[in-house]
Amino acid sequence: MIQHVLRAADIEDPTLVDEEEVRESPFWDWEFAFHALPDMLMAFLKVTLVVTVVGTLIAAVLGLVIAILMRVLPRPLAWVVKWMANFIRMTPLVVQLIFMFWTFMWLDGMTIGIIVFGVHYATYMSEVYRAGIESVPKGQWEATTALSMSAARTWRRVVIPQALRSTVPSLGNYAISMFKDTPFLIVISVAEMVTVAGQIGAPTFRYTEVFVLAGLIFLAASYPTALLISRLEKRLAYAH
Amino acid sequence: MPTPTDPSPAGATTVSEATTPVIEFRDVEKRFGSNVVLKDLNFTVERGERVTLIGPSGSGKTTILRLVMTLEELTDGYIFIDGEPLTHEQRAGRRVPVSKKRQKQLRTRIGMVFQQFNLFPNMTVLENIIEAPIHVLGRPKAEAIAKAHDLLEQVGLSDKADAHPTSLSGGQQQRVAIARALAMDPEILLLDEVTSALDPEVVGEVLNILRRVAETTNVTMLIVTHEMGFARDVSHKVMMFDGGHVVESGPPEKIFTDPDHERTQAFLGAVLGDN
Repeated sequence: MIQHVLRAADIEDPTLVDEEEVRESPFWDWEFAFHALPDMLMAFLKVTLVVTVVGTLIAAVLGLVIAILMRVLPRPLAWVVKWMANFIRMTPLVVQLIFMFWTFMWLDGMTIGIIVFGVHYATYMSEVYRAGIESVPKGQWEATTALSMSAARTWRRVVIPQALRSTVPSLGNYAISMFKDTPFLIVISVAEMVTVAGQIGAPTFRYTEVFVLAGLIFLAASYPTALLISRLEKRLAYAH
Repeated sequence: MPTPTDPSPAGATTVSEATTPVIEFRDVEKRFGSNVVLKDLNFTVERGERVTLIGPSGSGKTTILRLVMTLEELTDGYIFIDGEPLTHEQRAGRRVPVSKKRQKQLRTRIGMVFQQFNLFPNMTVLENIIEAPIHVLGRPKAEAIAKAHDLLEQVGLSDKADAHPTSLSGGQQQRVAIARALAMDPEILLLDEVTSALDPEVVGEVLNILRRVAETTNVTMLIVTHEMGFARDVSHKVMMFDGGHVVESGPPEKIFTDPDHERTQAFLGAVLGDN
């Protein structure tokens, strides 16, 4: 979809690159960096960010569903869910991307990417939720029994809110981790930011600017997100 | 609620005529693995009766309350609430579990106050109190809120409705827990060592509230406590437990001053000290 980013080629005819020129060119070329920035930012917004945000939402919801299912399903079924999750967690993300891409050929790369990232990280997040659920004191469950609260109400009003409180930092870290894994999308030909950076650098072998920029853009997005998570964590702590 | 009962300790006189007992234990056995906690336990509690269970720790007193609240499953025997089987019933000569629905319906008549309060820390005091009346009993929200404020006034915490439990002292949290249990209008109130986790100076305020509840309602109470003065004041009957058995039971003035059983004498001698 973002194949047109090969526009980098229109600086000059790339086949005419003079080797001397490459060797003698400055280590850092501001003009080239500014030239590359818009396409990279576009890829960042349209691909990296979309996959991360939608993927995180899927992972956060599906992870919670998996954790709850493992608690409420009868033994054999809970076991099936557990091992499906284990299987996904214990196999490489890249392999899952390639497998899904070539198995579901009618789906576009973005969709595959979002599904694979979402499901893969859901299995990690389910473990975080599981620990959070187990950290809810037994007395809380007993109080819900003493008040005859329904199972649904118990989960919604008592267990999940208390479990979430301790899970926010870990879930946030997995979201950032997913964000940093987005360059793997290259294996299914989705032009996320780093792929685009490579494409821009390729004709002239100038990779310094584009990859430094890519790193800075990742940092500029990750760091505020980490700050946001720690603020959210504080807000979720009980009011005093 | 029916008329208030006599607050005096000689309360046995005010207990209504024996109809169906509110609680009946029939041949109850409770084992944890191979450890037999309760064996062949039989007793009844009448409507409006306040019964205190005393005895050394590990004698199974708390287990009895937890069995009534369905927090533990009994290994054998039957428990009846208002004559209806709570966990198992006899059908065609076999002991079969009752339906979850029936159990839940009986359970809404029972309230419990825990040693560790167990308030929901993610909700305000008011939310703690109105949650179950609205979502379990289906009461209108406005009515539940009005009743909650009423109960908070009774426990002396009118100004804490919007506070979070973690900002309250232990004594205050336990008073909220009492209000939360009473908000369900229980027929049976189970008090499980409700002052054991409290600082000594706030034990009195919690017990005074429970004394007032005993005086002004006729909710049936099953009490486990180490506060013998409180037990003597509010109970109609005291049951002494040891080794999973009822050693002896009787009105508090008898048990506390002139117990028949040697084991009771020894226990009371130890807990009452010089008194």
